[in-house]
Amino acid sequence: MLGFVVKRVLSAVPVLFMVAIIVFMVLRLSPGDPAVMIGGPNATPDQLAALRESMGLNKPLLEQLFIWLGAIAQGDFGVSLVSGKPVAALVMDRFGPTLALSLSTVVLAVAVAIPLGVIAAWQQGKWLDRLVMTGSVLGFSVPVFIIGYVLILIFARTLGWFPVQGYKPLSAGFHDFAIRLVLPSVTLSFPYIALIARIVRTNVIEVMNEDYIRTARAKGMTEGGVLMHHALGNAAVPIVTIIGVSIAMLIGGVVVTESVFNIPGLGRLVLEAVLARDYTVIQTVILLFSTIYVFINLGVDLLYGLLDPRIRY
Amino acid sequence: MPPKSIRPGIFKTALLSLCLSTAGLAVQAETTVTAVMHAPLRAVDPVISTAYILRNYGYMVYDTLLARDSKGQPQPQMASWTVSDDNTTYTFTLRDGLKFHDGAPVTAEDAVASLKRWSQVDKTGQVMASLLSDMSVVDEKTFTMTFSEPTGIALIALSKPSGLAPFILPKAAAETPISEPITSTIGSGPFKFVEAEYQPGVGATFIKNEDYVPRDEPADGLAGGKVVKIDKVVWTTMPDSMTAVSALLAGEIDFYEQIPHDLLPLVEGNPDFTADVYRKQGSQNLARMNHTLPPFDNPKMREAVLLALGQQPMLDAQVGAASDYGTICAAVFGCDSLYASDYRAEDIIQPHPAEAKAILDEVGYDGTPIMLMHATDLNNLAPQGPVIAQQLRDAGFNVDMVSMDWASVVARRASKAAVADGGWNMFSTTNVLPDVGDPIGFIGVAAGGESAWFGWPNVPEIEALRGKLARSSDPAEQKQIGQEIDKLVIDNGVMVPMGEFYNVTVKSAKLTGQLDAEAPVFWNIEKAE
Repeated sequence: MLGFVVKRVLSAVPVLFMVAIIVFMVLRLSPGDPAVMIGGPNATPDQLAALRESMGLNKPLLEQLFIWLGAIAQGDFGVSLVSGKPVAALVMDRFGPTLALSLSTVVLAVAVAIPLGVIAAWQQGKWLDRLVMTGSVLGFSVPVFIIGYVLILIFARTLGWFPVQGYKPLSAGFHDFAIRLVLPSVTLSFPYIALIARIVRTNVIEVMNEDYIRTARAKGMTEGGVLMHHALGNAAVPIVTIIGVSIAMLIGGVVVTESVFNIPGLGRLVLEAVLARDYTVIQTVILLFSTIYVFINLGVDLLYGLLDPRIRY
Repeated sequence: MPPKSIRPGIFKTALLSLCLSTAGLAVQAETTVTAVMHAPLRAVDPVISTAYILRNYGYMVYDTLLARDSKGQPQPQMASWTVSDDNTTYTFTLRDGLKFHDGAPVTAEDAVASLKRWSQVDKTGQVMASLLSDMSVVDEKTFTMTFSEPTGIALIALSKPSGLAPFILPKAAAETPISEPITSTIGSGPFKFVEAEYQPGVGATFIKNEDYVPRDEPADGLAGGKVVKIDKVVWTTMPDSMTAVSALLAGEIDFYEQIPHDLLPLVEGNPDFTADVYRKQGSQNLARMNHTLPPFDNPKMREAVLLALGQQPMLDAQVGAASDYGTICAAVFGCDSLYASDYRAEDIIQPHPAEAKAILDEVGYDGTPIMLMHATDLNNLAPQGPVIAQQLRDAGFNVDMVSMDWASVVARRASKAAVADGGWNMFSTTNVLPDVGDPIGFIGVAAGGESAWFGWPNVPEIEALRGKLARSSDPAEQKQIGQEIDKLVIDNGVMVPMGEFYNVTVKSAKLTGQLDAEAPVFWNIEKAE
């Protein structure tokens, strides 16, 4: 097991190295210039030249690449070309809100989707199954920002139960922290509930036809016990896979929800950085996303071993 | 000693006073204005960028030597001035009580160092510097500016309200090379910047500078006493306009600097909010052609574009059909400016596709596509491209409208290459009216060829007139020169004015006292509880 983990972590190094080079080159080859974005619409050519010089953008491309790679190898992610603040600090500032939103969304999605999927499988072909599946189609089809607007209108503007927008860190108090996460998490969980519920239903239905389920029923086990202990347990591997994929998608895909609820997270940071051509920030955030994906995949692989005794590394 | 019978009354009164004063303190401590500004603050060097949010930040944290009143006239702010009889030497004297936020006094050395840094990058400052023969510190509170010939530019430049305004920084910060952004936020303005709460791109907090000594005169435009009547201002950024309006309606924010015009019906008529237009913060649309590439290296083709374009469709697309928030205006320097002109108004305001087509036939336009850059990610710019493209097509132009984000437009417009190699023929943008109304500083009219703004028009007569205006100290003569520049700009197709529009600021009805100025400033604003 330890050997497997070490091997997987080491194999991530060349992956991240390639990601770093590709991101760097794609950004530099795309149209745009941070200097003109910082200088604003009326900047003179002299101002732009001075800005490029101060940011090191007048150096040859390869030299810029080596400087950047050398710096990140030493843990120095540079400074934001726009704000002049250290990128690591900017990213850490924004990581908390995204992590909080992603985790609360995943917890909510899993807590709702697994029972829904199991119920749908249990009631296969009946009205409850159809209701869950119709809800699942809606969850996929309705854009997240529409769900967000509707929830804001009902629960923030009309009922006044929750704030419209904003984020407070946990250090500001649990109530302030949690109350601002409710609507964004519910909004963001819709497509993931739909996704996970469908996967759970499909896999539970599949294992419900297995011999060991028939055996369990023959031994007098209750239907609930069969579902929870045998069906769900044996369907766990693909379910864990989809939950892992969902977490990865969430971390990188929360930009719309962060915008609608004004949460200062990584999604917004990278969007703003792209629009301002803030290269150092974009590069660092994408590297961070890649690292998270690598470790989520690793975590999922390790969970396989726990859930399925036949899988050993 | 008061009689015993009234002692309990005194005691009760004292207790009541104590309670009221405590309550008063509590209320006072809550006078925070939360404002959604038009853009996020991402940098704190007021000279490094012409981004308007940085100008707004500058007015919070820094102060200016002079300032324009509501009529646009320069007035003393940090300093008063005298002029020599021959109009060549200006002597500025700092008023008493000026202190930076770290407690250091503001001195003439700070002012001179700040003006030197500013004049390296600001267009008006550069012209002023070119006419300046000496700028010297006389004593701790006095400095002089001596010009090689009589000029009125010192007052115009030092009271410049927008673009890069000449804010006064501590000397140590002002001596930072222009290629290095200043990171210090120490100013001498009416608000202090709270660095601990600053999140670039997210939010910025300012607290009242208790040590600030305002002028005695009442606030008037950007001039007069900057009396701060609130304790704290929080600038926040909301990327989603609908969320910002919801937050406003829910009472989570007090101030929305630029509400999109299509969301105005959500707050109009609601007594809890006021919707105000500050005309000086309006903007001018302009279309710009590349004079260095065919077909717009041909003046007749530029004339055809001028005739093809009209203003009302553009304004309708931006602020709504027949909206009061848009105004047709043929004047290059804006219809409210000192230099307002109606030269060729009919040609500029109305589209004339038939006349434009006649010119295309006359010059034998071969249908080569006009590469028009269209920025899609900014609310005010997104409608411009399609409107311009359609009007040009109506006149017989073959238009290749290329949609891209603003960052790509600003990168590509700097290219002087052929269109096939990454160049361009046309783009459009907006400029705020305080910048537009300054013939010396307005980049849209600069026509010095290589040194001009993107499009690089080369009209030496315009440059000569701009220089003449800078040297003039006679307002009547300045006006006449400005109007001559207007004619040359139109006749040479340096830019095409495409109408003016005004942003709407929506505020909680609890907020009163916002000044009608060239920038949204927070002194003089009161918040009722």
